[in-house]
This record gives sequence, structure tokens and C-alpha cells, in this order.
Amino acid sequence: MKAIAIRDNSNSRNTKNKIFLGIVIFFSLLTILPIILIVGELVVKGIGQINLSFFTEAAPDTLQAMVAKANGETIPGGIANGITGSILIVVLAAVMAIPFGIITGIYLYETPGKRYSNIIRDIADILQGVPSIVLGLIVYLWVVKYITHSYSALAGSVSLAIMMLPLIIRSTEETLKMIPGTLKEAAVALGVPYHKIILRVLIPSSFSGLLTGILISISRILGETAPLMLTTLGNPRINWDITHPTSAVPLLIWQFYNDPNMVELIWSSSLFLMGFVLTLNIISKRISAKHSIH
Amino acid sequence: MNENIIEVKNPVLSIQNLSIAYDKGGKYAVKDVSVDVKRDSITAIMGPSGCGKSTLLRAINRMHELYPNIVTEGKILLNDEDVYGMSTIKLRRKIGMVFQRPNPFPTMSIFDNVIAGYKLNGIRLKKSEREEIVETSLRDVALWDEVRESLFKKGTFLSGGQQQRLCIARALAFKPDVILLDEPTSALDPVATARVEDLLVELKKNYTIVLVTHNMSQAARISDNAMFMYLGELVEYDKTKTMFTNPKDSRTEGYLTGEFG
Ligand SMILES: Nc1ncnc2c1ncn2[C@@H]1O[C@H](COP(=O)(O)OP(=O)(O)OP(=O)(O)O)[C@@H](O)[C@H]1O
Ligand SMILES: [Mg+2]
Repeated sequence: MKAIAIRDNSNSRNTKNKIFLGIVIFFSLLTILPIILIVGELVVKGIGQINLSFFTEAAPDTLQAMVAKANGETIPGGIANGITGSILIVVLAAVMAIPFGIITGIYLYETPGKRYSNIIRDIADILQGVPSIVLGLIVYLWVVKYITHSYSALAGSVSLAIMMLPLIIRSTEETLKMIPGTLKEAAVALGVPYHKIILRVLIPSSFSGLLTGILISISRILGETAPLMLTTLGNPRINWDITHPTSAVPLLIWQFYNDPNMVELIWSSSLFLMGFVLTLNIISKRISAKHSIH
Repeated sequence: MNENIIEVKNPVLSIQNLSIAYDKGGKYAVKDVSVDVKRDSITAIMGPSGCGKSTLLRAINRMHELYPNIVTEGKILLNDEDVYGMSTIKLRRKIGMVFQRPNPFPTMSIFDNVIAGYKLNGIRLKKSEREEIVETSLRDVALWDEVRESLFKKGTFLSGGQQQRLCIARALAFKPDVILLDEPTSALDPVATARVEDLLVELKKNYTIVLVTHNMSQAARISDNAMFMYLGELVEYDKTKTMFTNPKDSRTEGYLTGEFG
């Protein structure tokens, strides 16, 4: 077929197109402006603090910071206790939430419309709406008082796992729903038993979706502060014992904020946290774009 | 309805007084159907939408049991063995199925798609066996020359017609006795449809084929015997030629002349 050129009115059409394009670009910029401003601000204020010891050393105490400030030096130490604590708490939370979340999500997908699965779905929705500080309080009662008998990484993980759970459940269910039913039929017609269909067809086919859901849920809980205040408390040193009080990056930010000698450290720590969350988000976007089935 | 049933000696499939309802006490989707299916031939199932063609077809490899409330009465024999007494894995190795829309596994390569039945069931094969099965199955569906260079690419990169032939190859990989196809060409363009039809005619030398089709000319072109179903009943079962030239039941005639359906 020959291309048909539309010549009439081409000038006014062009102008209209240009105006429209301009409006689109303007509003897109307006939407991404806040994120640019935030990251820009963090970079400008925080980048000066970031060096090797920022990643390898624990946070300074207020006296060290005060001395450094008086001498006009950069504040010594880093946020290694926060980074390691965050990793410990988040990994532990993921280990608890992922299997439960995925299995529950599969169950909801497999039993649509059943009373029991509707109840579970409602509970997941309610759970998602529980304020995180309330979760922290409850986990304080359950874990801190009765299990670890002290503020602990484990307690923090439990509260974050509870926050992750509904996100993973729903993302698992939604991902599985996007798999065409014909795929399951194909496997059934080959005589494949039910559990193998789930393990070898459904999960691999929705792998990228499941992974995206997990990464997004992790990026949601990375910045959680309130429940950790009530459960892990904080720790000036690097700690890998899950039954001991543990620091985390958002907890450090809060502590720095409250200490006039260290308040400058909030920028570098926030920059780090923000960078981490953004990276996770970008990775999950990449994965879902690259591995989508269709 | 026995007067409609043609004599088939040594049938592969013998369906006896089969009735199926999707709910206990609900209406029958298939009503008292008795049919013997001839070996190494193509048997077409025709009839207006909702008459029970798919239900009948899926009862043969027990796919209809996916619906939890389904009620099945009657008997189906595969080479004199009761289908409802076999394990579904054994049954479905002997009776392959191809669907309306091509459904290769999107996570698997072309190679793995062909042997998916073995892989997913955890049946181990030697490398030479795997390669042998993949090559013969793909040759059987005339896909080998088109994909031999890209066996390890995803099956979903193929065209719709190629995907459907890949799905037929997947069914053939188990060397089944029977292949069930539910409107296998309704999602394909005319060229791809013609290729699949040629392929089925070729395959009937070694396989018994049962084909649900909405397309009367397709049934006329490639089937040897034909069933006409109406409201769950098997109205007429005869040599395709006879049915098309000289239908015995007025409902068959009405359908074939386009009065309904
Ligand atoms: N999952 C189901 N639950 C309840 N009833 C069903 C279900 N599937 C089919 N039916 C009913 O069973 C009858 C036969 O349906 P079936 O799908 O076998 O017809 P068909 O001849 O294959 O139709 P089509 O040509 O549209 O594919 C219909 O009345 C239909 O409404
Ligand atoms: Mg049908």
C-alpha cells in the first residue's frame, strides 16, 4: 500500500502538534520534578560525607562528632552498623514473608470465589492498612517481651515481614492471574500432576512477576522507621545476632536528626537509603520489562 | 440412536452410553452418546455452539474432570481398557490433546516444548533419546526444517501456525494412540490452516485423530467419519461423505445447509 500524504492544513497541524507536545513535556517534567529536587538536594548536601569509611565504620558518638565539628573536620565514622542491620533485618523479614506470601497467593489464585479465600484476601487487605507503628507495638508485645526478651533484629524482622506479607500475597495472586489458563490446560493434557504444574509451569512462567513483587515489597519496608523503634531499638555497633538490639539506616537517620552534633549526617544517610530504594525499583522495572511472557 | 451408528471393527475408542452434566442434577451437556472411533482415521465432531462437542472431547482424556462438580455416566474404552480406571498420566500419554489457541510453554525453548510431557512429569530421557524424540516429532509436523537452526529459542517466537504445529509435536512426542483436537485452526489464518489440515491427513496414517470443528468444509475436506451433535445428543454418525451427501436426520441436514449453527 502506498503511503498517503496528508498535505492540507499541514502548517496549522504542525503547530498544534508542537503545542500539544510542549504541554505533554511540561506536565511530565512537573511530575518528575519532586524526585529530581529530592535527589538533587540529597546529593548536594550528602555527597561530601560519603567515603569508604561511610560504608565500613559504625556511626560516631556525639562527642567524636562534636570534636570533629569544632576542628572543622568532616565527622568521622560511617553508617555500617545501620547498613548491616538493615540487611540483617530485611533478609530475615524476606525469608519469613516470601514463602508464606507466595504459598498464600497461589492458594488464593487456585480457589477464587471460595469463602475461605475471600476471608484471607480481606485479612491481607486489612493487614496492609494497619499503621506500621501499631504493628511495631504488637510485635513488641509478642516477640520482644516473650521471645527474645530484649529488643532484637528478629522482632524488627517480624514486624517488617507482616508488612511485606500482604504485598507479596496480592502480587503473587495478580501475577498468576495474568498467566493464560490455556497454559495450565496444556500441562494437564500432558498428564502433569497438580503440584508439578504449580512448581514447573505456573511459578516459572510468572517468575519475573513474583520477583518484581518481592523487590517492590522490600523497597517499601526498607525505609520503615516507626516499627523498628519499638522492636530493634538501635545499636551503636555492628551486630549480626538476631536476638540483640540492632541498628538500621532509617533508625540512624532518626538518631542523627535528634543530635545537634550529628544532624549533618542525615543527608548522606538519606542519600544512601534513597539510592538503594531507587535502585531496587529500577531493577524490578527492568526485570518485568525483560521477562514478560508476551 | 443405534440406527445411526456405523459399524467399526476393532475400534481404538469405544464410547458407551456416555452422559455428562456439569452439576449434579443439572442439565446434561452430553446425553447418552455411544460411538466407536475408527483406527488410523480422522473423525470429526460437528454441531452448533454449545452442543457438547468440547465436553465430549475432553471426557475422552478426562480433562473434563477439572470441573469439580462434573458428573460422568457411561464408559469409554481405549483399546478395550476402561479410561476411567487408568491413571491420568498413563491415559494422557496415550491420548494427546491440542487446543484452540496454540499454547506452547513460554518459559521453554522449542526443544523443551516438544519434550515438555517428559520434562514436566519428571520422566528422565537419555540425551540421544531426547534428540531423537524432538527430531521425529518435529519432522512429523513438518516443522523440523523451519526450526532446526533455532531449537533453543523460545517457542513463543514462532508464528501462530508454527506454534500450533509445535503443540501438535508436543502431543506426538508421547507417541499416543489418539490425538484430540478442539478447533485447532480457528485461531489461524487460511494458509496456516491449510498446512495443519495437510498435516492431519498425513498423521492419520499412524494416529487416530478426533477433531472438533466448526468449519463444515474442513470436516468435509479431511475427515473420514463425522458425528453431528445437537443439544448434547449424538444425532448422526456416519462416513463423512455419506453425511454430507445424504444426511439421515433433518437436524443434520438443517445444520449442513446452514439453517442453524
Ligand atoms: N464449565 C462449565 N460449567 C457449566 N456448564 C458448562 C461448562 N462448560 C460448558 N458448559 C455447558 O455445556 C454445554 C456444552 O458445552 P461445550 O463447551 O461442550 O459445547 P461446544 O459444542 O464445544 O460449544 P462451542 O462450539 O461453542 O465450543 C453448553 O450448554 C455449555 O453451556
Ligand atoms: Mg467447544
